Amino acid sequence: MARTMPKLPGTGILKGLKVTLETMLKTLFLPGKYLATVNYPVVKEYPVPRARGVIALDQEACTVCMLCARQCPDWCIYIEGHKEEQPPSKPGGRVRQRAVLDRFDIDYALCMYCGICVEVCPFDALFWSPEYEYSEYDMGEMLHDRERLQDWLATVPDAPALEG
Amino acid sequence: MTVDQDAFRYLADAAVSVELETEDMTLNIGPQHPSTHGVLRLVAKVDGERVSDVEPAIGYMHRGYEKICEVRTYPQITAIVNRIDWTSGYANEVPLIVAAEKLMELEVPERAQYIRLILTEMARIASHFMFMASFPLELGAATPLMFALRERERVLDLIESVTGGRFHPNFNRIGGVKPAYGSGSTTRKITQDLPAGFFSGSRQAMDAVLATCDEIEDLVAGNEIFLARTKRVGVLPPEIAADYGVTGPNLRASGIRFDLRKVSDYLPYDRFDFVVPIGTMGDSWDRWWVRLEEIRQAARIVQQAIDGVPSGPLQAKVPKIIKVPKGEVYVRAENPKGEMGYYIVSEGGQGPYRLKIRSASFSNISILPWVLEGVLVPDIIAIMGSLDFVLGDVDR
Amino acid sequence: MNVIVEFFQDNFWALLILKLLIIAGLIPVSGLAIGFGELKLSAKMQSRVGPYFAGGRYGWLQLIADGIKFIQKEDIIPAEADRPVFRWAPALVMASTVGLFIVIPFWPEGSVAGIEFSQGSVRNLDVGIFYALAISSLSTIGVLMAGWSSANKYSLMGGLRAAGQLIAYELPMVLSVIGVVIMAGTMSLQGIVDAQAGFSFFGTVDSATLGHLVPPYMILQFVGLVIFFTAALAEMSRIPFDMPIAESELVTGYLTEYSGFRFLFFFLAEFANMFTMSALAATLFLGGYLGPGVETYPILGPVYLVSKIAVLVFLMIWFRWTFPRFREDQLQNLAWKILVPLGLANIVVTAILKVVV
Repeated sequence: MARTMPKLPGTGILKGLKVTLETMLKTLFLPGKYLATVNYPVVKEYPVPRARGVIALDQEACTVCMLCARQCPDWCIYIEGHKEEQPPSKPGGRVRQRAVLDRFDIDYALCMYCGICVEVCPFDALFWSPEYEYSEYDMGEMLHDRERLQDWLATVPDAPALEG
Repeated sequence: MTVDQDAFRYLADAAVSVELETEDMTLNIGPQHPSTHGVLRLVAKVDGERVSDVEPAIGYMHRGYEKICEVRTYPQITAIVNRIDWTSGYANEVPLIVAAEKLMELEVPERAQYIRLILTEMARIASHFMFMASFPLELGAATPLMFALRERERVLDLIESVTGGRFHPNFNRIGGVKPAYGSGSTTRKITQDLPAGFFSGSRQAMDAVLATCDEIEDLVAGNEIFLARTKRVGVLPPEIAADYGVTGPNLRASGIRFDLRKVSDYLPYDRFDFVVPIGTMGDSWDRWWVRLEEIRQAARIVQQAIDGVPSGPLQAKVPKIIKVPKGEVYVRAENPKGEMGYYIVSEGGQGPYRLKIRSASFSNISILPWVLEGVLVPDIIAIMGSLDFVLGDVDR
Repeated sequence: MNVIVEFFQDNFWALLILKLLIIAGLIPVSGLAIGFGELKLSAKMQSRVGPYFAGGRYGWLQLIADGIKFIQKEDIIPAEADRPVFRWAPALVMASTVGLFIVIPFWPEGSVAGIEFSQGSVRNLDVGIFYALAISSLSTIGVLMAGWSSANKYSLMGGLRAAGQLIAYELPMVLSVIGVVIMAGTMSLQGIVDAQAGFSFFGTVDSATLGHLVPPYMILQFVGLVIFFTAALAEMSRIPFDMPIAESELVTGYLTEYSGFRFLFFFLAEFANMFTMSALAATLFLGGYLGPGVETYPILGPVYLVSKIAVLVFLMIWFRWTFPRFREDQLQNLAWKILVPLGLANIVVTAILKVVV
């Protein structure tokens, strides 16, 4: 408390003026250290590896179990699949069935980036990626189909090293 | 009642108002306004510049949280609930999860509790910096806005490096903090433990936070104009504050020594050494000063906590599908805005049967008709700003 | 070349019109320059960059771009507004600013490249400072008109607050100037600058020998300078006195309903007013165009004046971005209870000094 109260009337104002002047001089002459602005899009800051930017899909790993679509709080994942028959693994064996993904859409206009879908997927088909520059002029373009989601897979970073 | 009579100093010249038949003007400080922290509508009856009556109209932002939560599971609720008080995202999730764990009678591992505490204190710093930015801006000083937001970015970057989200971390799970991506995965488990560089980054950030607190204090606190605008403005006597259910820094600024962090055990605060700032008069200046000191104390707690984070699992042993047993529980926590409480009625399902959210700002703004009586119109803005509420918290 | 110069020197009206055209060009230029300075300086005070992309990564085109944006906007007049009053309010505010430019002495008498300059201002009125103060109070009427004619409670409140504030701060401004008038013995601004040029400290040291580096009235009339500066800040409705505009409360007060080119008028008038008030303060207290070497090179006169104005404008910008705003009863308190007695005391002391010293 004693720090803040001005001792003489009028000195409180002068202290405030000193802070502003100091900041101005520091920003003018030492911008590397004191300038807080990052001039996007000329300079870009890359977010941390864990940042939740966009969700990527590995189609090979998906078995159409629908867990992610069920657990999504916004119900923004649309999945359709069908079952295909595959030849038996050895001759004379049972005909196997395999689920094939037809449609996997995530509507990013609804998505709230909570990550529950990524978390509950039992087959490691969904990953987080820090990419965030996918704004569109048309709301319909915010629905990413499975090819686009597959493309995001290339931007998924490795997991960061952990604290000791 | 120790009401400061100077606070009601605008009694007009009685003789003049008898001769002139005037009517009070109804000024609608409407839902769209630069400084009502959201969509709050104040229907104010003003007589010239003096306010005679204020009626807040809330509900413009009611999103139906309690109804939404009835049809969702606990992980989904955790993802949604940090949008109630969006300036301090993480602090909203903690009492909810602690309540569910109480019903399940779970023992949360130490490491998870420490991480929860660190993130909660960082959320407190973020929320109070938002206050530091917006309150002087409403009074006219535009510079503390930039200083405070600059430091808030550091804290938000730290929270993002751990949880992946700045404002909406979604990092709590029943039994601890979020353990892994693809928790059902058989091939690859990526743990969401603290990333490398978190401790050193936090230390740097807390140093910068403390330095900026000093800077803001120099810029704002002793400033005679600021003192003239906030000293003895909006005096809230302690009895009135307690009667209306005001909590948090507003209550402490009025002189009542009450902080849930020292009393409750929802997080291990008793292991850390920190001071709870108490104000003297209950005016707007005290409310500002209490929050500034709370930033400093929160930085202190974080510095102590970082040094002593134990190793261990991040989550207790819980089944994959968690069903919370039947029962009722109420857990309250010291959120940056005040006291936040969750009352859960559980019927044994994956989600609650009924969830009641006691939010801090709702009770805090119930004081508005009382405290805004007889003040000038500019003081409305100063007092509302000093109460530090957000409409998401009020309306849920 | 000589024919043109002689034509202007002989023909009174041609010279007057030329000077008025120069003033008309100076207003937007000064407004833009000061506006740009405010944007950049305020940004540096907040560790930001300010305008960056407009104008080759340095931002000097930002205000011009803003101007073009304002010009091409739709002209909206509220349905219940009083249309003629609404239209004329910005014109009055701008007129009061323009009127001030006329009496300020920009250059000293002398000759440049063989051309004789006789007067330093557009018109050297004998009652220069009186005229300046009177013209600057025209903006009060403009503000009241703006606040009242927009059919909006917020604008009305802003306009009423503004009227109270502007009228209250007229008196300290006048009182602070009287001290200078007493010391100089004349009301014409050119005469005041001449008095400062010929001033001798304690009858011994001449101001001219010091190279005009020590403005005499800054020391002797320091109280007057402070009062004048404070009153000028209040007259321009800048923070800490911007209750009428009060962005966070009244959504720009009396300006709320103005959009497009009319808003640009107010905007530009504010910045040009900063220029003229600083020019007045520089002329009255800091010596105007005086500086080392101004007798031999009269072309340096405007340079010195502009640099003094720049210092004062920087002070105005600095104060704006550091302080919160006063509540209007505190404003009135400051004006009537503190500044007016100080101004009166200043006059008494000055009068005594003038007789005694």
